[in-house]
Amino acid sequence: MTQAFRIENGGLINRDKKLSFKFNGKTYFGYEGDTLASALLANGVHLVGRSFKYHRPRGFFGAGVDEPYAVVQLYRNGETEPNIKATEQELFEGLEAKSVNCWPSVNFDIGAINNFLKIFLPAGFYYKTFMWPKSFWFRIYEPFIRKAAGLGVASTKHDKERYEHKYEYCDLLIAGSGPSGLAGAYAAAKNGAKVILAEDKPRFGGSLLTSDVNIGNQSGKDWAEGIIAELKTMPNVVVKNRSQIFGYYDHNMLVMSEKVSDHLPSTKKYHPNKRLWYIRAKEVLISSGSIERPIVFGNNDTPGVMLSSAAKEYLKVYGVLVGRKPLVFTNNDSGYETAIEFKKNGVDPVVLDSRKNAESEIIDEAKNLGINIKNSYVVVAAQGYKKVKSADIASISEDKKQLGKIENIQCDCICVSGFWTPTIHLASQSGNKTKFKEEIDAFVPGQSKQNEITLGAANGVFSLEETLKTSFTAGSELSKKLTKKDNEIAIPNVVEKKSSQHDKFWCVPLPKGKNYKRFLDFQNDVAVSDVEIALREGYRSIEHVKRYTTLGMATDQGKTSNLNGLQLVSEIENKVVPAVGHTTFRPPYTPVSIGAIVGREVGKHSKPTRKSPMHSWHEKNNAVFVDAGVWLRPRYYKRGNENLFEASKREAKNVRTNVGVCDVTTLGKIDIKGPDAAVLLNRVYTNAWLKLPVGKARYGVMLREDGIVMDDGTTTRISENHYHMTTTTAQAANVLSHLEYYLQLVWPELNVNVVSTTEQWAGAAIAGPKSRHLLQKLFPNSDVSNEGLPFMGYMEGDLFGVKARIFRISFSGELAYEVNVESDYGSFMWEKIMEVGGEFNIQPYGTEALSTLRIEMGHVAGSELDGRTIPFDNALEGLVSKKKDFIGKRSLQRSAFTAEDRQRIVGVVPLDKQTSIPEGSHLVKDDKAPLPNPKLGHISASCWSVEYDNPFSLAILKDGKNMIGQKLFAMSPLKNKVIPVEIVSSHYVDPKGERVRS
Amino acid sequence: MLYINCPHCGMRSQNEFSYGGDASVKRPELNKEVSDQEWDNFVYNRKSLRGKHLELWQHISGCRQWIKVERDTATHEIFRTFKADEEVA
Repeated sequence: MTQAFRIENGGLINRDKKLSFKFNGKTYFGYEGDTLASALLANGVHLVGRSFKYHRPRGFFGAGVDEPYAVVQLYRNGETEPNIKATEQELFEGLEAKSVNCWPSVNFDIGAINNFLKIFLPAGFYYKTFMWPKSFWFRIYEPFIRKAAGLGVASTKHDKERYEHKYEYCDLLIAGSGPSGLAGAYAAAKNGAKVILAEDKPRFGGSLLTSDVNIGNQSGKDWAEGIIAELKTMPNVVVKNRSQIFGYYDHNMLVMSEKVSDHLPSTKKYHPNKRLWYIRAKEVLISSGSIERPIVFGNNDTPGVMLSSAAKEYLKVYGVLVGRKPLVFTNNDSGYETAIEFKKNGVDPVVLDSRKNAESEIIDEAKNLGINIKNSYVVVAAQGYKKVKSADIASISEDKKQLGKIENIQCDCICVSGFWTPTIHLASQSGNKTKFKEEIDAFVPGQSKQNEITLGAANGVFSLEETLKTSFTAGSELSKKLTKKDNEIAIPNVVEKKSSQHDKFWCVPLPKGKNYKRFLDFQNDVAVSDVEIALREGYRSIEHVKRYTTLGMATDQGKTSNLNGLQLVSEIENKVVPAVGHTTFRPPYTPVSIGAIVGREVGKHSKPTRKSPMHSWHEKNNAVFVDAGVWLRPRYYKRGNENLFEASKREAKNVRTNVGVCDVTTLGKIDIKGPDAAVLLNRVYTNAWLKLPVGKARYGVMLREDGIVMDDGTTTRISENHYHMTTTTAQAANVLSHLEYYLQLVWPELNVNVVSTTEQWAGAAIAGPKSRHLLQKLFPNSDVSNEGLPFMGYMEGDLFGVKARIFRISFSGELAYEVNVESDYGSFMWEKIMEVGGEFNIQPYGTEALSTLRIEMGHVAGSELDGRTIPFDNALEGLVSKKKDFIGKRSLQRSAFTAEDRQRIVGVVPLDKQTSIPEGSHLVKDDKAPLPNPKLGHISASCWSVEYDNPFSLAILKDGKNMIGQKLFAMSPLKNKVIPVEIVSSHYVDPKGERVRS
Repeated sequence: MLYINCPHCGMRSQNEFSYGGDASVKRPELNKEVSDQEWDNFVYNRKSLRGKHLELWQHISGCRQWIKVERDTATHEIFRTFKADEEVA
């Protein structure tokens, strides 16, 4: 229960607020301001997980985003989230976490047997072994591997959290709030630039929080706090912590994930869990700092081995000792800084420095403090299974090839520093061609491609003085360009200790007779030997080596492993590192929640839902809805225990015998005005439009330039220069764009305007033999007789005081009308129709009945106009003008389109007059023919004919014109059905079209 | 995401636009005799080139104007944008 490894004082945590949390079922305590990692370490817990492949015990390696091991399953407020880095997760009261990739427990893990089988599990093992027999892959091998190797488990429940997206624009976006970011932000903000400063950690300041430096006579930490406090008061500055810029995209668009609520026990009401920022920046300052890199040695994955900078951070930020007998293994001065912090807190470290002699202010300080320093010494191997117990150390020759006599010294942690790797991910993603910088053995950004500049440690500059100078200057210069203001800022003096040159040494050789695993990639268990095998087997490109060995492919994306991997490849290949090159950095820099990427566009919100003005009436009258594009339409109106089939049959039959009303508001409507409107229509539609009189409607078909039918619908001439076009529900937006394309680009000389009026009109189709009687009662002052309003006629009428448009058009094949009123009067219209229609036994009908009616009439719809058919295929060639030119006409001369046996629409009836034919069934000549059975056509739409009371389908059939009367088979392998059928005319009901004219 | 300068509305993000293909394609005149080859070139044949490309975009969630955009297909750099009726020099 005591936090045995927490020092008495110090750190930036809030010791007044004690928090309890559970890890693997056991309760511990930490403080507000801890991460899960620092709180566990304070309690002496080092074992957090098992490794990916060998299930070796793993602890903490870093203290932030670079952490490869400490990935946990998190439980928060009844939800669970996998693969959370314990080093990033802030502690809150009641937090629960569990280890992943171990069974039954982290202390006793059966999979660890892989560790003893490791000689059988080299690089590419899975590829080589589980190849045979092939049939075993899906059934046996893959499920087994998936169970054995893997990280956390995703929740299968609906995510209750909310996520939101934000779009932002700024002059200068700054990634990282270390010294460089702060200086750049401050200088730019002072010039009045709009600045966004993003920090992925909860605390601002970056390396200033842990380094022993002085800026302007203050400690680095105090200086950082002062700058941040001032920036927060400036209206032109947005300062965001817990916010990771993870991707740099085209045209200076960067995306940032802000963790709004992850540090709280539960998300506050109306708050999102995370917020994704799409930021368009005029200039970008990348001040993402650097990550310490490890030195490779035997068993370097044992819990207790960690980066020296992480040990320092746990001590200085969280007041936690990662061990009481630390061994520091370094090739540069950074290790000494960690050792000095240990010493100042009463702990005696031993420093092993791979360099023979090195002198600097930092080393002098360590010597003055009496720290035990061994030069030309290395760690050969860590000893201990679940925790470091001791280390085998040895002296090393100057050429770094010969080890001296191996000694064993007691220690409880090994803090490693192999120098620093600049974080160049964002620069590389922007398109910057990176270059190798010899002095630091690492890649740094080269020539900028977009408006980005990388400064400070991210640019390979490790001197604070130089970093501040360049960053203040950059902040001033970049903002000056945009705001034309130049407030000079005095650059504060800097006191920092000078460091000495690091040693290029990165990998300890194996002692004779020992075969220690020396890991490069800790999360994916890639050891030196694996990369050696890959190269022996002929993999040369670093991209191939990466994929074969999985080096750098885990959730940490090789933040600690990339450069050592490159060093190894370059050594074996006798190439220099820049010649080997690095693998491509791709976004995201750190894992991003899918929820954050999706934002609010989930479930019903994934697309807009459009409802007609009559929607609530439909709801009240038991409509069952169906998605039609973005619209919700009544599919049928349920009465009693009716199912879809029974209800739609009843509704369709009522249209054929009495009168029905259907909500057709969803049809696309385009208002076309101008003196050249008729000319436009004449070019867009295949039939003739120049002579359509005012007050008349006409059915038209429009093609794409490749001759394929694009859409159909009726267009009505309202007045001299005014037309009302209707389109299918699905194609409304495309047709509008299509018209705009021709008007703006191809025929700009035409004086025509087009605008969508889909939402402006509510529509009701009134269909059935009694529809005229109903219409007469609805419009008692209008002459709606066959002479007054003939087929394809149009008039305006007065619907109990509401202006209405009346079109005599029919999709059902019955005598029918469509009445339009302005949308706000939609429900008034509908209720009046239902009220007045009562005496004619009116019933509303849905899309299912509508389909039945049009199918048995042989009217085409989206299932026939499917982007693959020409007018002939739909028996619409009569509408194709021979005299005039129109869009797509020339394509109709293509030989396939004029072939003698061209496909064509037909009707299909099952011989038994009982079995419904599934839509999509293939029509074949011989149901017993060997596969692949030659397909003659397909069923495009099926219904139950209410006219004949038997199933009826439409099909697009090869040589359909000459197939009437033939007997074929409709085969649906999906439904396991073979149905003998007869081919009939597609006009099954009223082939002469007498009803619509009656 | 591209940042496109609509000549009518100013700088707008790509998600307000829809792509319309090669802007150099000219539709053969109406009522004119057109060879198979000419028609195929108009309807189907496109160069899919790497580098500077003059292309059409429609500002569908904005002014609904079709515009011409001169863009590098490899780097996504946008050099100039034009109104539909503007001559591209």
